[in-house]
Amino acid sequence: MDPKQRQALLDPFFTNNPIAIQVLGICSALAVTTQMETALVMCAALTGVLATSNLVVSLLRTKVPPNVRIIFQLAVIASLVILTDQILKAYLFTISKQLSVFVGLIITNCIIMGRAEGYAMQNGPWLSFLDGIGNAMGYNIVLLFTGFFRELLGSGTLFGYEVLHNVADGGWYTPNGMMILAPGAFFLIGLFIWGLRAWKPELNEPE
Amino acid sequence: MRQYSTSYTIGFSAAVCVVCSLLVSSAAVGLRARQLQNIELDRKRNVLMVAGFIEPTEIPSAEQIDALFERIEQVVVDRVTGEETDISPDGFDQQVVASDLDMSQRAPANAAGVRRLPDYVLVYKVYEDDRLDQVVIPIEGMGLWSTLYGFLSLDSDGRTIRGITFYEHAETPGLGGEIDNPRWRDRWEGRLAYDDQWEPRIEVIKGRAGPPQEDPFHVDGLSGATITARGVGHLVQFWLGENGLGPYLAQLRERGELGEDGE
Repeated sequence: MDPKQRQALLDPFFTNNPIAIQVLGICSALAVTTQMETALVMCAALTGVLATSNLVVSLLRTKVPPNVRIIFQLAVIASLVILTDQILKAYLFTISKQLSVFVGLIITNCIIMGRAEGYAMQNGPWLSFLDGIGNAMGYNIVLLFTGFFRELLGSGTLFGYEVLHNVADGGWYTPNGMMILAPGAFFLIGLFIWGLRAWKPELNEPE
Repeated sequence: MRQYSTSYTIGFSAAVCVVCSLLVSSAAVGLRARQLQNIELDRKRNVLMVAGFIEPTEIPSAEQIDALFERIEQVVVDRVTGEETDISPDGFDQQVVASDLDMSQRAPANAAGVRRLPDYVLVYKVYEDDRLDQVVIPIEGMGLWSTLYGFLSLDSDGRTIRGITFYEHAETPGLGGEIDNPRWRDRWEGRLAYDDQWEPRIEVIKGRAGPPQEDPFHVDGLSGATITARGVGHLVQFWLGENGLGPYLAQLRERGELGEDGE
């Protein structure tokens, strides 16, 4: 793998993380991270859509007339999202019920449009595919980080299994209700961004 | 930059549309049978849960669900007259009927936030040794943010609540979403839905209710979710009442299928 490919794949993990650095895709990061299970399925769905849409857009990038390129990208993304939603409803029904509208809302996820327009339209299929996987992983890292702490502190469980014995069931742990609500995710993502910038000072804006 | 002719642009757009719509529609058609089956199984699983046949966390296989359903008779009931009808329960979709203008009525003003009333309601009669053991009725109404859809199970005495469950809602997880919590649902068990005059009496109060024997008409509220919990109380009362399934339950009592036999 040459440096350019490695950069396309690995940069979005942390240095150019779509959520923490570009602050895109926050809506779903707040909505689906109360439990690890839903966060994980959302990650898989987004990874599939992002990598495939980047690949398709890149393959057709020289054929697309520029004045219809945005609507073309939207058509590709929307079709892939509907396909994913249908598959989830058929094979992972319980989880798809919990994710409710948020799978459908991947269509409006800025990360996907951003990568299609900003990267896949200029780069080859393989590079674009890697970029899609990389950005999806960057999103996944933040989602799973947030989901881990929200479920652990908010419900005392992980993947539905009890880790901290809940007071309501006769244990010692009083769940932190704020973690279940959207502000809990804001605090966690804020802490993540703080940690990331402390680790990589070059990400800070010059004063 | 390369120039594209108008006809090329139109042709390209048309081709993209055709390919995308083929993909989407074939997925929708191809997976439809499986999705409908999932919805059906989910509904049946909730009926089994409220009837106490399975644990809330249990996900039984399709065969297990069908086997357990051997003991359950599904009946489509005329809501207004309370008569049982011959309409086939297969493919009967409660939510479709409730939103069909020809098969539903505008609901009178009510505290449960019910807007349209279906003419026909699918109820479940659970038998044990050929005797009616429980009746499971669908319930719905407003919580804080969303309409709650669920089931309520009544014992063969026609009065005692055996279980309650919600299979669809969009309340805040951890607050109103606690109506899903098995421990709260357990608090309904053994309480009385109707008083001696067969008026719906059960209500959700703020704070804690006493044990069912001493405080049979009250259920504990949910802290942090007063409006959702109150909504649950209202919608249960509504469906037990005259505009809900009150007429049907009264018929079952007249026919002696429900009632205080053996006491």
